[in-house]
Amino acid sequence: MAATQQPRPAWLKNMSAKLASIPMVFTALVIFVGCTLWTVYYSFTNSKLLPNSNFVGLDQYTRLWETNRWLVSVENLVIYGVCSLILSLVLGFLLAALLDQKIRFENTFRSIFLYPFALSFIVTGLVWQWILNPEYGVQHLVRQLGWTSFTFDPLYNADIVIYGILIAGIWQGSGLIMCIMLAGLRGIDSEIWKAARVDGIPTWKTYLWVVIPMMKPVFITALVLIASGIVKVYDLVVAQTSGGPGIASEVPAKYVYDKMFQAQNLGQGFAASTMMLLSVVVILIPWAYLQFGGKRRG
Amino acid sequence: MAKSETNTRLREGARGTKPSKAWSRRNIFIYGTLLVAAIYYLLPLYVMVVTSLKGMPEIRMGNVFGPPMEITFQPWVKAWSEACTGINCDGLSRGFWNSVQILIPSVTISIAVAAVNGYALANWRFKGAEVFFTILIIGAFIPYQIMIYPIVIILRELGLYGGLWGLVMVHTIFGMPILTLLFRNYFASIPEELFKAARVDGAGFWGIFFKIMLPMALPIIVVAIILQVTGIWNDFLFGVIYTKPDLYPMTVQLNNIVNSVQGVKEYNVNMAATLLTGLVPLVIYFFSGKLFVRGIAAGAVKG
Amino acid sequence: MQDNISISIRDLKLNFGSVEVLKQLNLDIGVGEFLVLLGSSGCGKSTLLNCIAGLLDITDGQIFINGNNVTWAEPSQRGIGMVFQSYALYPQMTVEGNLSFGLKNAGVPKKEIAERIARTAEILQIQPLLKRKPAALSGGQRQRVAIGRALVRDVDVFLFDEPLSNLDAKLRADLRVEIKRLHQRLKNTMIYVTHDQVEAMTLADRIAIMKGGLIMQLDSPSVIYNKPANKYVAGFIGSPAMNFFEGQLKVGADPQFSNSSMEFSVKGYQATEALQDQKVWFGIRPEHIQVNTPADACADACAVQLDVVVDLVEPMGSDTLVWANIQGQVLRFRMDGLADIKGGDRVRVGFDPVRASLFNQQSELRL
Repeated sequence: MAATQQPRPAWLKNMSAKLASIPMVFTALVIFVGCTLWTVYYSFTNSKLLPNSNFVGLDQYTRLWETNRWLVSVENLVIYGVCSLILSLVLGFLLAALLDQKIRFENTFRSIFLYPFALSFIVTGLVWQWILNPEYGVQHLVRQLGWTSFTFDPLYNADIVIYGILIAGIWQGSGLIMCIMLAGLRGIDSEIWKAARVDGIPTWKTYLWVVIPMMKPVFITALVLIASGIVKVYDLVVAQTSGGPGIASEVPAKYVYDKMFQAQNLGQGFAASTMMLLSVVVILIPWAYLQFGGKRRG
Repeated sequence: MAKSETNTRLREGARGTKPSKAWSRRNIFIYGTLLVAAIYYLLPLYVMVVTSLKGMPEIRMGNVFGPPMEITFQPWVKAWSEACTGINCDGLSRGFWNSVQILIPSVTISIAVAAVNGYALANWRFKGAEVFFTILIIGAFIPYQIMIYPIVIILRELGLYGGLWGLVMVHTIFGMPILTLLFRNYFASIPEELFKAARVDGAGFWGIFFKIMLPMALPIIVVAIILQVTGIWNDFLFGVIYTKPDLYPMTVQLNNIVNSVQGVKEYNVNMAATLLTGLVPLVIYFFSGKLFVRGIAAGAVKG
Repeated sequence: MQDNISISIRDLKLNFGSVEVLKQLNLDIGVGEFLVLLGSSGCGKSTLLNCIAGLLDITDGQIFINGNNVTWAEPSQRGIGMVFQSYALYPQMTVEGNLSFGLKNAGVPKKEIAERIARTAEILQIQPLLKRKPAALSGGQRQRVAIGRALVRDVDVFLFDEPLSNLDAKLRADLRVEIKRLHQRLKNTMIYVTHDQVEAMTLADRIAIMKGGLIMQLDSPSVIYNKPANKYVAGFIGSPAMNFFEGQLKVGADPQFSNSSMEFSVKGYQATEALQDQKVWFGIRPEHIQVNTPADACADACAVQLDVVVDLVEPMGSDTLVWANIQGQVLRFRMDGLADIKGGDRVRVGFDPVRASLFNQQSELRL
C-alpha cells in the first residue's frame, strides 16, 4: 500500500498549518511590510488629497523640517520622551523596590499603582485636564489655602504644557514599569540577598551594585517598552490639550494624523510618519543587537 | 575587659525575636513614600467621582478636590443619555453600544485567529514560519501612523472602510503580534509528548487543536480576553480613522463631548462621562486581579 | 559557658505564623567541630542554619557564637561565613570583586584585602580565575569562589547550605573531599546542611538528624549508623534501607523475637535482660546479613539463621542487592557482585543480633 502511494509534493505537506497561518502571513507581508513600504514610497511624492506618483525627491522632508509645527512636535517628543523615560524608570523601580520589602498591604498598593494603566489615554487626558484646570484645580486649591499669587497652569502655558502632559503620562504608564520591575526583583535569587547580608552590605548598596546590574535585561525591556510607547503618543495630547495652547503641545503622531486626514496633505503625513519609523528603528536596532546578538555570543 | 563586660550584658539581654520599632525610620520612609505615591495615583479617580456627583453651582464655588455637599446623580443621567456631540444629543450611551458592538467581534475574531496561529507556530512548524513570525513581532513596534493610510485604501477597496467590519479587521491585525506570541509561547510550553501521542492516535491539525490544545488553553484565553477587551475598549486612533461618526466608539465620542467648543462647559457631566468610559476596563481590572498583571507581563516580554 | 564551645543554641523556637518550624532546639557545637545537619526536605535543617546565620528572626531562644550572644546581631556581625546552594555570587563582579566586596564595604585596608584574597586564592587554587566573571566559570569553580567568599571574611565559623546540591555526581564527590581537606587545614567550626547521607557520613564529626523541626539524634556517624536512636533515624540512614520486622519481644535467659513468619533468639543484643516483654520493631541492615554460610563457619556473625526465597535480584556491579521474602515479609540483603543467584532460589541467611536494632513499637525509640 504505502509503496504504491504517490509521495505528496512538498508544498502540500503541513497544509492545514499553512492555511491557518494565512492571516499571519497577510499581516506580516501586506500590512507590516507592504503598507510601511507603501508609505515610505509615497513620501517622496507630492500627494495631496489623494496619493499620486509625482516624485519630488526629498521635497516633503525638506518642507517638513522647515515647518515650525513639526519642529515643535519633535522638540516636545524629545522632552516628553526623555523625562518620561527617566521618571518612569526611577519611579517604577523605586515603587517596586519599596513593595519588595515584605510590606503589609502589598497587593493593595500594587493595585493602586497599576489601575491607571487599565484606563485609556482619553480618560487619562480628560481627568488631568480637569485637575490642572487653573480656575478650579490645583492652582485654585493652593490659592484658596492662602498663596494667592501661586501659578500652576501647565495646560494654558505654552512653555510648560508638555510637562502637564508628562504628569498624566507618568500617572498612566508608570504602574506597568513598576510591575515589570517587581517581577524582575522577585526573579533575583534570594540567596544573593542573604550573601549580601552576611557580607554586611547595606540594602541600598546591594540594590545599587548587585541587584540593578543583575536587572539589566529588565531595564532594557522597560526602556524599549516606554520608548516605543512614547513615539506613539497621540490620544493623550488630543484629549488633554488638543495640541494647544496654539501648537505648543503638538506631537509627531498628531502631526501625521492632521496632515493625512484634516489638511489633505498626504505627502507631509507620509514623510512625517516615515521619520517616526526612523526614530523607532534607531531605538530598536541597538536593542535587538543587545538582546539577540549578545545571546549568540554567550 | 570592656569587651567581655558587654558580652556578659548581651548574653543576658538578647532573647527571642529581635525587637523592632513599628515607627522605625525605615518603616516611616517605606510607608510614607508609598502613601504619597498612592495619593498621586488615586487622586484622579477621586476627583472624577466627586466632580461627577456635584451640581454645577457647587463646582463653580469650590475646588475640584472638595467632597460634594449635595450628592446628585443628574450629571450621570445627562452624560449617559443627553450629552451632545455636534447635533446628536443622545448622550454617551450610543458610544457605549457602539463600543460593545465593536468589541465583541473584534475580541472573538482576533483571539480565534491568534490562537490557531500560535498553535500552528508552536506545533506545526513549517519552513519560513519563523520569518513571518519575526516580521510580525517587529511589526508590533512600528508606529501605526506609517500604516494607517494604506490600510484606509485596502479597506476602501474591500468596501469595509467606515464600517464595523473594517475596524474589526484592523483590531485583529494589530492585536495579532502580541496575541500570537502569547498563544505560541503557551502552546510551546505544553509537553510535546502530548502532541505526539495525539498524532500517533491519528488526530490531525484541527482535531488536536479543538480536542486537546484549546481546552488546555483556557487560562491563556482569559488573559487574552482581558488584554483585548481593555485594549480595544481604550482604542481611540483606529476608531476615529476607520469608522464614521454614527459608529464612533465610546472613547471618541467622550472626547468629542468633553472637548466640544460649543456651549457651556458642564464639568460634572464631563467627569461622569469620563468615569463611565473608564468603568469597563476598571471593572475588568479589579475583578481580574492577577490575570491582568499576567496579561501585561506577557505583553511586556514581547520581542 | 565552656571555652571549647563554638556555637551554642538555647531553646531555639521559630514559628512561621502558626506553624512551628523549629521546636525548642538545644545544640552545642565544639570549636573546630564539623557538624552536619541532615534530613529530608522540610525538616527545618536549612531554617536552623539561617537562624544561626541571623538571616531569619527567631521566635524564642538564644544563639551564642564564641561566647557572644548574637541573638539580635546582624549576620555580618556574627563572625560567620556562609556558602549557598546556588553559589549566590554577584554576577556582575569578577571573582576578585566578589571576594573583596564585603571587605571593602567593611573598610578593611586595601593591603589587607589583597593579602587575604591572595591567601584564599592559594588555598582554593583559584588564582587563575580572579579576573573572570562568574558566568565564565564552571559549577565547581563557582562553588570554590563561593567558599572563598566565606574564607576571606577570616571568621571562625563556616555555614554551608547544601553547597554541593547543584553539582553533578562526580564534581560533588571531588568537592566533598576538598571541603574535608579544607576543614582539616583550617580547623574552623563548620555547620553543613545536606540531604545527602553520603556527604553527612563522610564529612561529619557529628551528625544531627532532623525531622519536623526536632533533632532526632545527634552523634558521630558511626553511632548514628550502628546504634540509631529511633526507627526514623534507622530507616533514614543507610542505603538500601534497614529491614524492619514487626513482632513481639519475650525476655528471659534466651530472649526471643517472634512474629507470624519467624522466631529467633536475640541473645547478645545489648542488655536484653533489663528489658520487658513488649511489641517491637526488629531492624537489621542489608549489609549485615550473611548468605549461605554454614552456622559453624561464621560463629556469632550468623547466629540467627533464616530460610528465604529470592524474589528479585538487582545487580549493581560492585555488589548485588537481593529482595527476598520470609513467608510474606520482605528482606533485603547484599551479596557479592559475582554471586550466582536468581529469582526463585531458596537460600539460607544469617545475621548477628548484636548488630541489629530493636525499637519499641509505640515510641519507636531504641531499646
